[in-house]
Amino acid sequence: MAFDKMELRDIEVWDGNFAAAQALRQCQIDVVAAYPITPSTPIVEGYAKFLADNYVEGEFVMVESEHAAMSGCIGAAAAGGRVATATSSQGFALMVETLYQASGMRLPIVLNVVNRALAAPLNVNGDHSDMYLGRDSGWIQFDSYSPQEAYDLNFIAFKVAEDHDVRLPAMVHQDGFMTSHTAQGVKTMTDDVAYSFVGDFKPMNDMLDFEHPVTHGVQTEEDWHFEHKARQHNDMMTKVMPKIQTAFDDFEALTGRKYNIVERYDMDDADVTVVCMGTSVETAREVATEMRAKGIKAGVIGIRVIRPFPFFEIAEALKGVKAIAALDRSAPGGAPGMLFNELAGCLFNQAERPLLSGYVYGLGGRDLTKKHLVDLYTELQTNVDAGKVTTQLQQFIGVRGPKLAFL
Amino acid sequence: MANTGWDEFEIGAMLRTFEGEAGDIAGTLQEDRKYTENSSFSASVADWRLEKPIFAKDFCIDCQFCWIYCPDMSIISRDKKMIGIDMDHCKGCGICVEVCPTNPKSLLMFPEQADEEAELAQWPAKETKEK
Repeated sequence: MAFDKMELRDIEVWDGNFAAAQALRQCQIDVVAAYPITPSTPIVEGYAKFLADNYVEGEFVMVESEHAAMSGCIGAAAAGGRVATATSSQGFALMVETLYQASGMRLPIVLNVVNRALAAPLNVNGDHSDMYLGRDSGWIQFDSYSPQEAYDLNFIAFKVAEDHDVRLPAMVHQDGFMTSHTAQGVKTMTDDVAYSFVGDFKPMNDMLDFEHPVTHGVQTEEDWHFEHKARQHNDMMTKVMPKIQTAFDDFEALTGRKYNIVERYDMDDADVTVVCMGTSVETAREVATEMRAKGIKAGVIGIRVIRPFPFFEIAEALKGVKAIAALDRSAPGGAPGMLFNELAGCLFNQAERPLLSGYVYGLGGRDLTKKHLVDLYTELQTNVDAGKVTTQLQQFIGVRGPKLAFL
Repeated sequence: MANTGWDEFEIGAMLRTFEGEAGDIAGTLQEDRKYTENSSFSASVADWRLEKPIFAKDFCIDCQFCWIYCPDMSIISRDKKMIGIDMDHCKGCGICVEVCPTNPKSLLMFPEQADEEAELAQWPAKETKEK
């Protein structure tokens, strides 16, 4: 069955959701099993409309929950198709049980996660609680800061996930509403160019290969489970980063748009650095430039690849920095934030250890303002001048009431 | 298998049914198929069973009811003749006994440790129906 191609302008005005939906169309996804949830709904809605309008050749499977959505994706991927879906927040939480199945079965599904807070209290706005919930699930996690990146990273995610040396599922994250519903100029690829980047889907151990019948979803106990998990972790730790770098390089050659595993901004001589994810990266970059005008050597590190965690790349990027702020947009539930812990882990054995402090911000879509970041950089410079962290290690910023600080 | 290291598996905890291509499996008897060591056909699950069926050939009419109803494909039939039970895969559910139409039944359930020859020697007699 033939499908129609879509004429796109070189630059379209798209929000993050529509950019992701267009990427799914251009990758010609075979199966989307979905249970829509705010703020990710327009992604699967967009795919369904493209399908109905004959712009894509595939199947849209309407299911009864997000657990069923990911289960359907797993079945379709094991059968041998290119598969994707999207979710947020509570829906992501309901998917968690099946996320581990997808990664353990080595199925290259792409999941667009439009980041949103986790209830209670119920909240539809963006924070990184759902993204953090998935960080041990064995999926590759890419983070986008804008609709353009949400579009581009979908192609890169398929390219990496479907590589036969990788065969691991991948999430593409974008911030709920701030990215997903904010329309910006997005540089597009033509349908042919976009599809040529991901290429035809190459099945591996697919259930529809009747000459080579396989059993997926087997049971192993204390006898073999550990070996399978070890293999999976080994592949994640050793094979994925080089493939991501190659995909970034190929994508740059094709489009001129350059992505990095760790995104550095004004880092060459930075004394003070904010490390963060999502839309906050763009705000921090703007403030860092303004701090430079005030004589504070400010830089920004944006994490592009959350899993596998860029342990050495970040340590390298932070070399020479004197004070670092780790910004976590998720309530840590009785511990330092995830980024604080990961950074502490990769910096601890360095010869020169910078001052590290953690900040919890932006829960439930609370704005991170430029004023917050000005104060934060100023505080980091105070730490540099004092030669020690002058505050408690974990501070909440942007919350009403008495100052909250711990550790 | 015993010393297989983590780096020697195929990925995805995926198991193959056959060595090589499946080929004409519909035209090949089970015992002649090239099942892998990991195939469920190669594995015995006899120890899941608490009671076992015993087959009394003398009363069997080869109706194939047991072959059709067995949920584990453990009734072995050749050329439409019932020849026995695959005791490596039978779970002892008793469905074959339930559906057996002969009088007396050609299949009956016994404790796992029952002696087959002894039980066949004292097989129940035909029940006479009272009018």
